[in-house]
Amino acid sequence: MNEFKPLPDLPPPAAMTGVVGWLRTNLFSTPLYTVLTLVVAYVLYITLVPVLDWAIFSANFVGDDKSACVSGGACWAFIGHRLDIFKYGSYPSSQYWRLDLSFLLLVLSFGPQFFEKFPYKMPLGIFSLTGLPVVCFVLIAGSDTFGLEHVETEKWGGMALTLMLAYVGIVAALPFGIVLALGRRSEMPVIRTFCIAFIELWRGVPLISVLFMSSVMLPLFLPDGMNFDKLLRALIGITMFQSAYMAEVIRGGLQAIPRGQYEAAKALGLSYWKSMGLIILPQALKLVIPGIVNTFIALFKDTTLVLIIGLLDILATVQAAITDPSWGNVAIEGYVFAAGCFWVFCFGMSRYSQKLERKLHTGHKR
Amino acid sequence: MAMENATSNELAVQLVDVNKWYGEFHVLKNINLNVSPGERIVICGPSGSGKSTMIRCINRLEEHQAGQIIVNGIELTEDVKRIDEVRREVGMCFQHFNLFPHLTVLDNCTLALIWVRKMPKAEAEKIAMHYLERVKIPEQADKFPGQLSGGQQQRVAIARSLCMNPKIMLFDEPTSALDPEMIKEVLDVMVELAEEGMTMLCVTHEMGFAKLVANRVIFMDAGQIVEENNPHEFFDNPQNDRTKMFLSQILNH
Repeated sequence: MNEFKPLPDLPPPAAMTGVVGWLRTNLFSTPLYTVLTLVVAYVLYITLVPVLDWAIFSANFVGDDKSACVSGGACWAFIGHRLDIFKYGSYPSSQYWRLDLSFLLLVLSFGPQFFEKFPYKMPLGIFSLTGLPVVCFVLIAGSDTFGLEHVETEKWGGMALTLMLAYVGIVAALPFGIVLALGRRSEMPVIRTFCIAFIELWRGVPLISVLFMSSVMLPLFLPDGMNFDKLLRALIGITMFQSAYMAEVIRGGLQAIPRGQYEAAKALGLSYWKSMGLIILPQALKLVIPGIVNTFIALFKDTTLVLIIGLLDILATVQAAITDPSWGNVAIEGYVFAAGCFWVFCFGMSRYSQKLERKLHTGHKR
Repeated sequence: MAMENATSNELAVQLVDVNKWYGEFHVLKNINLNVSPGERIVICGPSGSGKSTMIRCINRLEEHQAGQIIVNGIELTEDVKRIDEVRREVGMCFQHFNLFPHLTVLDNCTLALIWVRKMPKAEAEKIAMHYLERVKIPEQADKFPGQLSGGQQQRVAIARSLCMNPKIMLFDEPTSALDPEMIKEVLDVMVELAEEGMTMLCVTHEMGFAKLVANRVIFMDAGQIVEENNPHEFFDNPQNDRTKMFLSQILNH
């Protein structure tokens, strides 16, 4: 009788594993790749080294005016000196804690969503989408009931304003977008026509013109003496504009759901709203998470356009600050800082969406 | 009038001169069908003959444009309330199962109990587990549909319908999308259901199943009921030439 004996496992040849193996397969596998690797390494060397030198090694981090920045590197001292303006705009400095507290609330109510296991995730999530904007508004605008000094919206600005615009835009555009997307697929002609007209109208005009209309033209049509807040008008403009985009993203998801899902829901006796809310939307929204987050990121960056109607968001405060003669030429530092702030938040949203996609994956379709 | 009500109350499903069009296309032509409670009807016919459309009219997944459809004494009209009432009486299983992929097997079964019947979650889960045991897959309750085989998914779909305690079950080609070795496990469940006296209308080409459980076999072609008979007569002594041709094509392999 011949007994089958498997051969023993041998370790792979050294050239296949470890650092050497990785380098060989990824960077030096053919002569062409070797040349390309060397070229890229050279390009990185001649670009990265001066950039790092400017940004870190010869940069100046402390100081109160341009005399601190003589080494030729980046003048981060300028950013540090103006950080409060960039963060809070012209909000009264004695009241900064109210903005800080709002931001803390935002982080505390939304932060747990990043963790796998955390008690009260659901109520916290709902709070961050509904109660939080109200609480923050009272906190920031002030209220006699709570003994908080009133702060005019003209004084709101900086990163706080940018976050506010983006957060309200996101929180409002999603439900509006869902309603518009459902309306566009409605069987009732009046509702469908209205939704199509609304979406095409807002999608067909640039955001700049929407903001101009809201700040310059709208007051012309309002009766004398009646005037509502510029910030509120900008917020409504941004929300309408983005909800039209959101609606089209969500419609894509709705159309990808097989008809059988609608039929199964109907056959079980679920009403229209229940089958949408329990069956169709959870699946459709999951499918279009990348598109939704894409729209959120676009919205976040589009908030910078409010500077043309005189609202001073972070980019506007940076722009104002770099013209200060006591600091000399600090334009690059200012814009790099502003870009960095935007990047951090947008990258955060992107990572969160990827995490959400992985979490909601429940095996293959059907 | 009183007479008419009396007859319709006795019947589980009654179709009177039902006609339906898809645009210009006349899919159902003068369909007349009476199904008594506890009766098991198998409907067969070539594709495009209107057999699926007919049973989908019974729970108003499709609208009929002329004629009457009366389910357990309730006539189907535009009235949403009546449609809801009918759907409460009628369960349905689909060719592609149509389980909800984002919910677990158990949640698939309890969803309608909780949201349509307003039942507390614990009670709904008890009922769901009861029916999952009946279709012999209680151990899969916490899995997602995507993790199950086709046969298991179809059995979950049957359990999901049964949870609502329907008086009539519609099956729209329940085994057509299954691998051959999984057909039996689904048919076994359906046979059991038939033995317990469920009123069933089943579109299928499983002739063995038809011979075993059907009271009547209906053959449809081009939107019409061509022939209607008990299975014994239907298979051994078909009357219509169209039926003979169809049977020769599906039986002679």
